[in-house]
Amino acid sequence: MRSLYISFISEFYKSRKTLAFWAAIILPLVICGLIAFGYYTSSEKILKYNYNGMMLWFQYSSAALGVMGMLILPFYVMFMAFSVNNIEHKNDTWKTLFSQPLNKFSIYAAKYLYAATLLLICIFLFALLTYSTGYLLQALVPKYTFNDYSPAIILSKFYMKLFLASLGILSVQFVLSLIWGDFLKPMGIGFIGTIAGIITANVGWKHAYLIPYSDPTLALKITKASKNARPEDMPIFTQEVWVSLAYGLILFIVGYFILLKRNIK
Amino acid sequence: MSRFAIETVGLNHHFGSQAVVKNLSLQVPKGSIYGFLGPNGAGKTTTIKLLLNLLQSPADTVFIFGKELNQNRIASLKQMGSLVEQPAIYAHLTGKENLINRCILLGIDKTKATEMLALVGLTEAANKKAGKYSLGMKQRLGIALALIADPELLLLDEPTNGLDPNGIIEIRNLMMDLTTKHGKTILVSSHLLAEIERTATHVGIINKGELLFQGTIGELQSLSKPSVKIEVDDQATAANILSSNGTEILNEIEGAIHIPYTGKADMGSLNSLLIKNGLTVYSIGTERKDLEHLFLDITSKN
Repeated sequence: MRSLYISFISEFYKSRKTLAFWAAIILPLVICGLIAFGYYTSSEKILKYNYNGMMLWFQYSSAALGVMGMLILPFYVMFMAFSVNNIEHKNDTWKTLFSQPLNKFSIYAAKYLYAATLLLICIFLFALLTYSTGYLLQALVPKYTFNDYSPAIILSKFYMKLFLASLGILSVQFVLSLIWGDFLKPMGIGFIGTIAGIITANVGWKHAYLIPYSDPTLALKITKASKNARPEDMPIFTQEVWVSLAYGLILFIVGYFILLKRNIK
Repeated sequence: MSRFAIETVGLNHHFGSQAVVKNLSLQVPKGSIYGFLGPNGAGKTTTIKLLLNLLQSPADTVFIFGKELNQNRIASLKQMGSLVEQPAIYAHLTGKENLINRCILLGIDKTKATEMLALVGLTEAANKKAGKYSLGMKQRLGIALALIADPELLLLDEPTNGLDPNGIIEIRNLMMDLTTKHGKTILVSSHLLAEIERTATHVGIINKGELLFQGTIGELQSLSKPSVKIEVDDQATAANILSSNGTEILNEIEGAIHIPYTGKADMGSLNSLLIKNGLTVYSIGTERKDLEHLFLDITSKN
């Protein structure tokens, strides 16, 4: 456990000056900031629709969730998984890392855990900023109805699902970036995967959930469909979330053996 | 306890079907500076990677301070500091941050980083990005990283690569300090014998994965037989006289004749013989083949 903790801290220390780390913070800030700005400047147009509290929150949060779940999240995950591993590829530091008196599995697990943590931070900030900017807009534009409904539970559930449904992509990209030191291969495969994911999820192919890249989109789609039921009752562990978790677990183990073999060369 | 810091017993390693290390039996005594020599591609780096468990070694072939490496990986690595191939440095971090990162990984006090920077003369460049360092500075930082945990055993793979003469001398002195004052053991690889003959106490010569020589530097020197170099005014006549006297002539180059050294008295009588025959002897003296040539001789044999 100590090995894992030490390696995790070192991962943070190494990457705290890289774009992968800052993107986890800047991305939610910029996107939520832009949406809030839009809702502030075009408040009159939006007020015309006379949304009730829940619908307003729904419209407001899906602006971020839609862009995020479909495009930005997969691309951020690709870039981040690449970056966490590339730090060692680029500097040729795998050998140094593995000649430290630390358990090999801990070093690997810490890297994976760190990537997952960055994703969690990013998604948590999205949730937090959506929530807080909603109330900020209410204060700035008193005619808004954000105060009529508390979105805390539903927002947490949405983003929790999004996080869990992204772990599949994270694992695929993590393993690809372990194998290849260059940017193009994992990025190219990820790009094709994402496009395929969006298409299959949107045309409603019944096996789409088996493609990890469609899981985030599917996770959000189902929640949209179930909006007539009580939204707070939305289940988190749906089919695509389980598939994503299964991909995550299997590839996490596969990645370790790939890394062990890599070092033999 | 074993008297060897490193001992390998019949170590073999293959990349696919190609044998890179063949039946290698290294014995690195504690407290020595062991010069691990061989031309490029001889298997030096592979051996060092095996010693660090970066490459898997068969069971009971590698022993670090008497302990089997695979069974005691973490305990063994705790006693080792290493610099393998080019120094592995995070280019986006400063020199100091690279060292602090290593302190985090090793669980040691971060003030060690400053100490190490001073030791390798990088204090002024401490806050400069390591990617912007010159090759020599990177090499120093690599050495600082290897030394930071104060390991008993250092594995340095061509540590003077890219250093200027001053830097080479500094590293040399540092290595000698570490062994004589602090009782450390150092295995230092190089493809140049001249580079380490002044510091190494022991030498192992490897070529094509095989250990061709292992022993003290004195033992290596004694392998080379001395010769007698004679310079005269008329080389052709001298050669004739010497051969008719039954002396074997090794070679005649650069205006000098080389014959095998058989003793001081023989050298004196040959001198008189030449003078009696009317030749002027400019110089006569023994000459030892330098280690560089010896190294080439040994490595060209297999």
